[in-house]
Amino acid sequence: MSLLEILTYPDPRLKTISAPVTEFDAKLQAFLTDLENTMRAGPGGVGIAAPQVGRFQRIVLLDVSSKPKIKHHGNLVLINPEITQWEGFEIGREGCMSVPDYTGNVIRAQYLHLMAQDQHGVQHEYDMEGFEARAIQHELDHLDGLLFIDRLVSRRHDLFRRKVYVSIQTQPHLSSEKAIDR
Amino acid sequence: MSQWYMLTLVGKDQHGIVAKVTSALYKGGCNLGEASMLRLGGNFTIMLMVNYAGDNKQLYDLLKEVVLELNLHLHIDAIEGHLHQHRDPEVRITVHGADRAGIVAQVTSVLSEAGLNILDLESDVGGSVENPFYIMHIEGIATQGIALLSQALQQLLATQQPDLKVQLEPIETLVM
Repeated sequence: MSLLEILTYPDPRLKTISAPVTEFDAKLQAFLTDLENTMRAGPGGVGIAAPQVGRFQRIVLLDVSSKPKIKHHGNLVLINPEITQWEGFEIGREGCMSVPDYTGNVIRAQYLHLMAQDQHGVQHEYDMEGFEARAIQHELDHLDGLLFIDRLVSRRHDLFRRKVYVSIQTQPHLSSEKAIDR
Repeated sequence: MSQWYMLTLVGKDQHGIVAKVTSALYKGGCNLGEASMLRLGGNFTIMLMVNYAGDNKQLYDLLKEVVLELNLHLHIDAIEGHLHQHRDPEVRITVHGADRAGIVAQVTSVLSEAGLNILDLESDVGGSVENPFYIMHIEGIATQGIALLSQALQQLLATQQPDLKVQLEPIETLVM
């Protein structure tokens, strides 16, 4: 198993705009294996984009299935991904393997429709929401040379309300499971 | 050998304070770390990590002119500071209600007993002079779990603070 080196900010290469993938060959398959191993070895491990390891091609891996009780599509290989529809917005906290020791609040679309090819070049469509939608927007930014710190919302005075929030008064028995899982 | 200092500057708010203070520090060979500037009750306040090769007195001398010109109070402490020590908050608690003495003390006491380690707290008084309200946001780490914090707050509201509005929500940081 080989792990690829992660580029970290302020490395200027992270600003590179990645090129579409045209060859779905054995080299690509080998790279996808290394990229997945690198993603799973990371602190969050829910997503990675090829430019994070210095390969400037429009390749994203996504797997938010470790987050409990959310809608997701499991382990995804997303090549030449494009968002074709957005809906709603939500603020959430993000971190990134390419931006160590910093997390921040970012506004992302809540729901989206995505078109992408798989590792064999076959086109698929996905309706995504919540964490999975947030993750793909974060990864797509990498393909366009953007980091979440380019989209930060001030940490102070962020008087936002999430779609679902817990009022102590109206939640008489907030169990530990509910509290953690949301 | 350079050393981290914590500078605290307080004074009447006026245009250009940050620029003047940080320019004097930069020209004197300082490097800045983390900082927090806030306007509190119309006052300028800043706490600033400064890395500097000289001693406390030399650092004071760098700022003396600016501090006198702007009529600021300056306090300098040598600290055991380090960068790259961020911790991600796990929970956000928002409290608001009619302003009165003791809200912060009571809320933070029960949260502390229930294991909350506060990383960030900001509070403000809004409303009017006749009808002020108090609002506070806390972010922190639930060392004994979020459920215990929730229970502690419920108990406080049920027994002592029925009029306070309190919300608690986990902060889920998505690391990619």
